[in-house]
Amino acid sequence: MGNKTPLYDEHVAAGGKLVDFAGWDMPINYGSQIEEHHNVRNAAGMFDVSHMTVVDLTGERVGDYLRHLLANNVDRLKDSGKALYSCMLNESGGVIDDLIVYYLRDDFYRMVVNAGTHDKDMAWLEQQAAAFSVKVQERPELAMIAIQGPEARARVLALLSEDVRAVAEPLKPFFGAFAGGDWFIARTGYTGEDGFEIILPATDAVRFWQQLHAAGVRPTGLGARDTLRLEAGMNLYGSDMDETTSPLESALSWTVAWDPQERDFIGRQALERQREQGLSRKLVGLLLVDKGVLRNHQKVVVENGGEGEITSGSFSPTLQRAIAFARVPAGTGETCKVEIRGKLLSARVVKPPFVRNGKAQIEL
Amino acid sequence: MSNIPVDLKYAKTHEWTRLNDDGSVTVGISDNAQEQLGDMVFVELPEPGQEVAAAEACAVVESVKAASDVYAPISGEVVEVNEGLTDSPETVNQDAYGAGWIFRLQPSAAAELEELMDAEAYEVFLASDTH
Repeated sequence: MGNKTPLYDEHVAAGGKLVDFAGWDMPINYGSQIEEHHNVRNAAGMFDVSHMTVVDLTGERVGDYLRHLLANNVDRLKDSGKALYSCMLNESGGVIDDLIVYYLRDDFYRMVVNAGTHDKDMAWLEQQAAAFSVKVQERPELAMIAIQGPEARARVLALLSEDVRAVAEPLKPFFGAFAGGDWFIARTGYTGEDGFEIILPATDAVRFWQQLHAAGVRPTGLGARDTLRLEAGMNLYGSDMDETTSPLESALSWTVAWDPQERDFIGRQALERQREQGLSRKLVGLLLVDKGVLRNHQKVVVENGGEGEITSGSFSPTLQRAIAFARVPAGTGETCKVEIRGKLLSARVVKPPFVRNGKAQIEL
Repeated sequence: MSNIPVDLKYAKTHEWTRLNDDGSVTVGISDNAQEQLGDMVFVELPEPGQEVAAAEACAVVESVKAASDVYAPISGEVVEVNEGLTDSPETVNQDAYGAGWIFRLQPSAAAELEELMDAEAYEVFLASDTH
């Protein structure tokens, strides 16, 4: 038996099919992954993401710490509550994890990192913190619920008490704020839809989940979460990038803040070397032209020789086609082949996202 | 509990078989199998005319989650495939024992049918297979 989130009994009661995910018993679906996927694109679904790690970082030099720790630059965060997506790199430019960090005060940031990388992340955060006298505090007593979809905001706002709603309603995309003690509401997500991610005391989580459920917000499992994020063009740590790949090879160059030149973040030298020498591989989107389903680790064959590999592949419920991310030779053109059960099927190379706000972003 | 019709026979690899009046055998996957696999999104059918041996992988059902082989429960020649699954693979989820059939075989050794499980045996098998 694995770890259980505070919402475990709710998953069981809702007919969730529980699987092991990074040591946690988590719902993969509650019946139909595809229906849950469509429901998020068309209405509102909720995800228990309490297994993710919430870390509060405090201290006078926490800004300096994060400028050293992250490939993206927290100086981009001018307004309180603003969120930043970044990779945390090792010295050789490999990705230790990807994360969201919220700027709350000059001496207080909140970070959310992946569940599967919990132990090494915490060790790394602590190790780097010493030089900056930063306090690294994990918040395991907090739960986290993501409510996503075109109707998500309205459904959530209708349930909030007046004072909490006053904080949540004006939030702009990619901002978060504390509301009523330990409730933290952020307009962020991992689906390509509008919505909230709410970090709240575990003791409040069950009641709020039940209220959302009663209000018609449908429990949505990790299966749909994966197809939603893939359609939305969002990387998954461990599949699309890891410690052996840099952000430059993972379609995450946009998250690397090169300026100012003198900011010496961990991994910078390795990335600069890679940039000067030129990249040998890149991460692209694929759309399967032939019938079939793209899957992780299928072999990609490109025209001028060379091979790549699918890092995340699935059937896209929104597009009704197979889509994927694949790491391919840098010179890969507009088409390639994917080997599926010994046959070479045709695929088009496309630029993610595949879907945003319910609408296809690529030509089929 | 999954549905296990008593008039069918079952393979350990979770296919069902129905013996038709003309001696041919229709094959699909069990309700339990479709439920384990989840939403079907693609079915790769065998070729009509193809000779298959018992326990040979001859079709593939793909759900959002994974690809899974479908094995021939008995030896024979594929005489018909369910073309409807090409455009509507979800039929396998909706009607596993009816419209969700996958292919039809003309058995080359009909006695092999006797080696398959009846509904009761399959139910016991499922209970021992899942913990």
